[in-house]
Amino acid sequence: MLEWLRGALRPSRKQVLLAVVMCLLGMSLVLQMRNGGHGNQYSGMRRDDLVQLLDTLNAETEQLNREVSELEATRDQLESGADANQVAAHEAQARADELAILAGTRGASGPGVRITISAPSATVSADLLLDAVQELRDAGAEVIEINDSVRLVAQSWITDEDGLVIDGQKVQLPIVIDAIGDPHSLAEGARFRGGLVSQVESSKVGGSVEIQTPDSIEVTSIHSLHAPEHARPA
Amino acid sequence: MLAVIGLIIGIVIALMWQPDLPPWLQPYLPIMIVAALDALIGAWRSSLEHTFSDRVFAVSFVSNVVIAAIIVWIGDLIGVGSQLSTAVLVVLGIRIFTNAASIRRQVLHA
Repeated sequence: MLEWLRGALRPSRKQVLLAVVMCLLGMSLVLQMRNGGHGNQYSGMRRDDLVQLLDTLNAETEQLNREVSELEATRDQLESGADANQVAAHEAQARADELAILAGTRGASGPGVRITISAPSATVSADLLLDAVQELRDAGAEVIEINDSVRLVAQSWITDEDGLVIDGQKVQLPIVIDAIGDPHSLAEGARFRGGLVSQVESSKVGGSVEIQTPDSIEVTSIHSLHAPEHARPA
Repeated sequence: MLAVIGLIIGIVIALMWQPDLPPWLQPYLPIMIVAALDALIGAWRSSLEHTFSDRVFAVSFVSNVVIAAIIVWIGDLIGVGSQLSTAVLVVLGIRIFTNAASIRRQVLHA
């Protein structure tokens, strides 16, 4: 015990050297552990390893970028597809509007003429009215309406067996024909020699015709459509 | 006895002071520690064989550490740093095991 104490109090050169070395070793050990323990995980790595890591990351970035551009291309494709769908829908709507006006299932408005035929009853025949309608159509009438109540369409029919009847509705005098189209052409189509005006004002009929060209003609009557029973699209 | 106190003092200094390692030294510190361990085990063996010389120990300790670091540094310079550090670790490990074997024979006679 005493010897041991003496040895500790008066250390030899050997022991001091060993102590210093151990001190250095302990320091470096702790430093290294701390460093590896919770330092930056890349700080202890070699240049080669870092370069390899960087290469890997670069390759990964490249691949992800490629994926991004592919997905963007897909998205653009889908967007343009949606655009095309919208255009098609617009065109279909425009065509439906045109067909609705042609078939008389919707009201219409536009420039045109308003022709009022006044005559003693029974002198205005279906032939006369049919001629008038044909002439108006020839002059480019797009929508024709009789007496603000009967819309003339492709299926319309006119008879005078029991008074003047169009599409099953009685037509009273005076007859008012609203036609949408170029007002000048329509008025000329009614006025030409041997046309509507001269026929009505002839001594045979003995009536009078008044032609107005208002800025806008509103056609509100509608032809009710029946689904075709026999005809099928070919 | 003094050696253990020195080890404890070193650990305490490192924990208290918390010095930042210079970054250029960081890759070499593990190799240097293994080299120091090798020198230490060698010293233990020589002291058991009664051939311990403090001068030889000091020189071998310092030279071991420095040479290990220099070898790895050169390896880094010529692009085989990781392979060379593995080589140094293997050599030092073999030396440590050899020394440990003769220490075992001295102490345990087995």
